[in-house]
Amino acid sequence: MTVTHVHRDPDNLTLRIEAQLDVRAERAWQLWADPRQLERWWGPPTHPATFTAHDLVPGGTVRYYMTGPDGETYPGLWQVVEVDAPRRLAVEDLFAEEAGDPAEGMPVTRMTVEILDRPGGVTMAVTSRFPDLASMEQIVAMGAVEGMQQAMSQIAAILAEG
Amino acid sequence: MITYNHMVAVELPDIEVDRLFHALADATRRDIVREVLHGERSVSDLARRYPMSLTAVQKHVSVLEAAGLVRKRRHGREQRVSCRTEAIERAQRVLADYERLWRDRFDRMSTLLDGEGADA
Repeated sequence: MTVTHVHRDPDNLTLRIEAQLDVRAERAWQLWADPRQLERWWGPPTHPATFTAHDLVPGGTVRYYMTGPDGETYPGLWQVVEVDAPRRLAVEDLFAEEAGDPAEGMPVTRMTVEILDRPGGVTMAVTSRFPDLASMEQIVAMGAVEGMQQAMSQIAAILAEG
Repeated sequence: MITYNHMVAVELPDIEVDRLFHALADATRRDIVREVLHGERSVSDLARRYPMSLTAVQKHVSVLEAAGLVRKRRHGREQRVSCRTEAIERAQRVLADYERLWRDRFDRMSTLLDGEGADA
């Protein structure tokens, strides 16, 4: 696997990252289409994901939760917008309340996945668009892996500046 | 008040979330932020860039100031606007962290695929 392209756009709060995978499109698609496979890569080792619903059709819902080392759970929810197997998936990524319903007033990230052929395999491109800076920080904190501490203390210091 | 651990969201006061959202949701305000990234500008210089009244531009600047993205200072009879670059840098840092998050996810995808040997 090689990450070949990263484009950050802080003005438009968008990140696009592309990676090359050495498998065919149909196999790459299964990483998203099979919830048991999603569970093996969506969350970090410290916070594995469990997918409880996975209706990958326009208008469908995908539900999951992450489990922290202390046993605490953090629910998540995708509302599926577009599905074009094995090429394209677009969802809205929302926070979920404990009961699994979308949390009102919470930020929504648009996430688009594209799978494109190349010699020897595919390129998978994931584009995330955040609604605003504060939401982006919240969402990144929610999905963070180890090593976020320094970034978070910097953010805390900036916001404490009055 | 901000608290964090690995998974709990940063808690920002609702009013701050609203101000940032409002500030960045307008094209003129985004242009003002981009312009003052190049250096301090007077409000009247900024106003020349946009087809609107000076008062309208002053209001945009006030919104940006309330959101913490710019600061204003008086210089004689002028109001001068400068970027609080730390906010922009903050956006860059957050995007960098998100990039790392996705690199880790791609690594895990790769491990999952490699575990199967030849292309299925």
